[in-house]
Amino acid sequence: MNLNSKMNKVAIIGAAGKMGSGISLLLLNLMSNMKLKKELPSNSSLVLIDISDEALSGLYQYLRTQMVKLAEKNINFLRETYADRSDLVENGEMIDEFISESLSIIRLTTALEAAKNATMVFEAATENMDIKSTILNNLCSLVDTNCFFYTNTSSIPISTLENIATLKGRIMGFHFYNPPSVQKLVEVIKAQNTRAEVNEFALELGKSLKKILVPSNDVAGFIGNGHFIRDGLYAISEVLRLQNEYTIHGAIHMLNRVSQDLMIRPMGIFQLIDYVGIDVFQLILKVMNQSLNENLQSALIDRYLAKEIKGGQFSNGQQKDGFLKYEKGNPVAVYSIDEDRYISLNEDRIFKIVDEKLYPLADGHSPWKNLLTCSTSDRDQKLNTYFKNLWNQNHLGAKLAKNYLLRSESIGKHLVDSKVANNAEDVNAVLVNGFYHLYGPINNLFPKEKN
Amino acid sequence: MGKKFQKNLYLTAGFNTVSLGTGRKEFSPKNPRPNIDQYISDAGKGTLKQLTASASAIDDIVISNFMAGRFVKQGHLGAFASVIDPALEYKPSIRVEGACCSGGLGLMTSIRNVLSGLSDVSLTVGVEVQNTVKALYGADILAGAAYYAGMRKEGHAFFFPGIFDKRAKAYSEKYGAEKTRQALARWYENAILNARKCPEAQEHHNTDPNPYQTGLTTPNAKAFLPNLNVFDCSKVSDGGSSIIVASEEGLNKLGKDKSEAIQIAGYGHVVGNITVTYPDASVLETTRRAVAAAYEMAGIGPDDIGVFECHDCFTITGLLSIEAAGFAEKGKGADFVLANNIRSEGRLPTNTSGGLVGFGHYTGGTGIRQAVDVWKQLTKTAAGTQVNIDPNRPYGLTISMGGDDKSVVAIVYQRAF
Ligand SMILES: NC(=O)c1ccc[n+]([C@@H]2O[C@H](COP(=O)([O-])OP(=O)(O)OC[C@H]3O[C@@H](n4cnc5c(N)ncnc54)[C@H](O)[C@@H]3O)[C@@H](O)[C@H]2O)c1
Repeated sequence: MNLNSKMNKVAIIGAAGKMGSGISLLLLNLMSNMKLKKELPSNSSLVLIDISDEALSGLYQYLRTQMVKLAEKNINFLRETYADRSDLVENGEMIDEFISESLSIIRLTTALEAAKNATMVFEAATENMDIKSTILNNLCSLVDTNCFFYTNTSSIPISTLENIATLKGRIMGFHFYNPPSVQKLVEVIKAQNTRAEVNEFALELGKSLKKILVPSNDVAGFIGNGHFIRDGLYAISEVLRLQNEYTIHGAIHMLNRVSQDLMIRPMGIFQLIDYVGIDVFQLILKVMNQSLNENLQSALIDRYLAKEIKGGQFSNGQQKDGFLKYEKGNPVAVYSIDEDRYISLNEDRIFKIVDEKLYPLADGHSPWKNLLTCSTSDRDQKLNTYFKNLWNQNHLGAKLAKNYLLRSESIGKHLVDSKVANNAEDVNAVLVNGFYHLYGPINNLFPKEKN
Repeated sequence: MGKKFQKNLYLTAGFNTVSLGTGRKEFSPKNPRPNIDQYISDAGKGTLKQLTASASAIDDIVISNFMAGRFVKQGHLGAFASVIDPALEYKPSIRVEGACCSGGLGLMTSIRNVLSGLSDVSLTVGVEVQNTVKALYGADILAGAAYYAGMRKEGHAFFFPGIFDKRAKAYSEKYGAEKTRQALARWYENAILNARKCPEAQEHHNTDPNPYQTGLTTPNAKAFLPNLNVFDCSKVSDGGSSIIVASEEGLNKLGKDKSEAIQIAGYGHVVGNITVTYPDASVLETTRRAVAAAYEMAGIGPDDIGVFECHDCFTITGLLSIEAAGFAEKGKGADFVLANNIRSEGRLPTNTSGGLVGFGHYTGGTGIRQAVDVWKQLTKTAAGTQVNIDPNRPYGLTISMGGDDKSVVAIVYQRAF
């Protein structure tokens, strides 16, 4: 399907949010480059809508700065494209021209009515059923039936959204990862009635944005959160099991280290929950719990949130404190809900005791960072050796890691069995590309018998 | 040609500031940095401190600079002389410009002032501040060293790297790509090893365990250029250098002994045609002519040179300079470098403080910086970078080159007698 057929007027709702601003940048860059190549319909616009006026002005600054950076990176292409513009000689002149052409595409507004006659809509507003349904209902009266809708919802089934408005067949999930401009993965989710051309266009668009698209079926949480939320709940259940012996903060530290170091993931599970935001975790959990018959909930999460311990990031990307407290991005303390304070990793001997339970690391262990740069075959071989040795270890850390790996695998299999993912490869693709795991949960790398 | 000096010309009291830019620990693009007047002042004061006489003994000042008008929006640099010392106020002072050869032209101007008899002591200060803009925009400014109206539009985004990439390509195609890359890597290694020994050098803090290996990296046309890597380029630098050119009478006025001075044996100042690109990219023809003129005036040849400072704005330029200066035949410059001749312990110690690739390249000041380094080597005051100079080959040679081999000043020095 031809990309520019839907590019006359693109609207992004919630454009000034975390995800919305990244999506805005991706589309602005795409449209600006199409414009440069004279592939964009004339008078095309990118309408950026958010209820927060202040956030919109921040969005403008963000887009401007980021577009300049992209233009600088793309200077060779600009020089080629402007070769016949005798008025543009210097890099600086070409970049200025490109930026002013680019920014002239966007319209920033708080009025949803500005989306009138949009040809395509990206919905990235707050993850809340009422907010999203109101927005979609209002939009339906503003656009004609050829407008395609893509929503970034993390957990709400797309078919539910399809039913609340007169969107039948025209909406699907286009689920970016955070931050959208950097993360390569997008989960695409068809609703019950999604028309073929809406899906085709999504694939075309994904390709133009240089994303890796993985189809997920329309079940709350999709593949990524489907794994992440259950993975996190498992870690929490282990913490509850171990807290009597090792205190709650000791147990949180233990599971965090096991999941990062022993399982060779880019970050520990509690650091990841903090990164996503404990509140966001809870929100997705709730939505999943509503639509799945699985008793997905966590009293511990509720207790942390009741104390206003939330995690997430500051607008400059700096990590906020959550389960863990951070200095320069590194964990330095753990929050004890029992003592109602952060306990420094140097302060309590329990952390040392816990660390000793995790060692020695099995032979063949390499940190995540080192393996990241290996060739795939080399990496698999190293992981295979390491996991074999891990399976022969019997200290507490090894046991926790083995059980956790098997749990992660069974979550992956469950996603396939319950038809969230079409196959194991898709599950693995999401974890590898969206969560930067070095191996998918369903793999042939570790021995399969249980301890 | 064949001209002789009517009087002896001496250089003394040289000084280089730190070459500030990426690579230096204290450098961050976000931190405030010294202005151009600070560099003029620091460099000039560095020279004055070495004199027993006061600044009033200086008869005129020459300030060499390439593009302050665009990098820091400042013209009229001649009138900054008195920031060095109030005694310089109301003295003749002039700014000279010839792209990256500005420093060489600064020296030539001082030389002419002294030869004319109007001055006995001429102070030459060279300066540039370039970190005010990102390299991508700096490239637009530096492109003014070539024929802007005729060449910028077609040029590479980074401009000069694109031009010298063509030279690297021509040389590789003619004499073998593998050998060329190896020689460029050795050039880079020499630049880094020497810079580490020089506290003012921009690469002084470089800790690469194997610069030769780094130098061997195959260039990536997509990331940068097909024949050059980013580290084959000289650095973007802020800094200043300063030295005194004096007659014998001038030296006496300054209270300087000849043991603290070097003497000019000959020079060549040759300027090509900026509006054309010379057909053979594998040679530096203007440079060759300038060096030949300097040799002729000094009555010597390449075999008499014991220390060499060349304008390696790119590693390939270094290689081509070896040939242009007659140290190796055409196509044999690479072999000369691969035989380790240019190392500090080699036959022809070259760019002993790192050259433009290792020391840094504050464009308008580089020509002066080279004179300062040769002065240090010949007077045995080069401290950590000091090399042994073969008494049978007592001469030093500097090449200051502007643009794509367009303005060149080559100078032959010897110890003062
Ligand atoms: N944060 C993540 O890691 C992540 C990852 C993938 C998907 N998502 C999904 O992306 C969506 C946005 O999440 P976020 O993290 O960017 O949240 P956010 O709170 O940063 O942004 C939401 C934005 O929507 C705006 N908004 C709220 N109501 C609106 C309305 N009626 N009209 C217009 N704008 C409105 C808010 O002002 C805010 O700027 C959610 O559906 C979320 O589930 C989030």
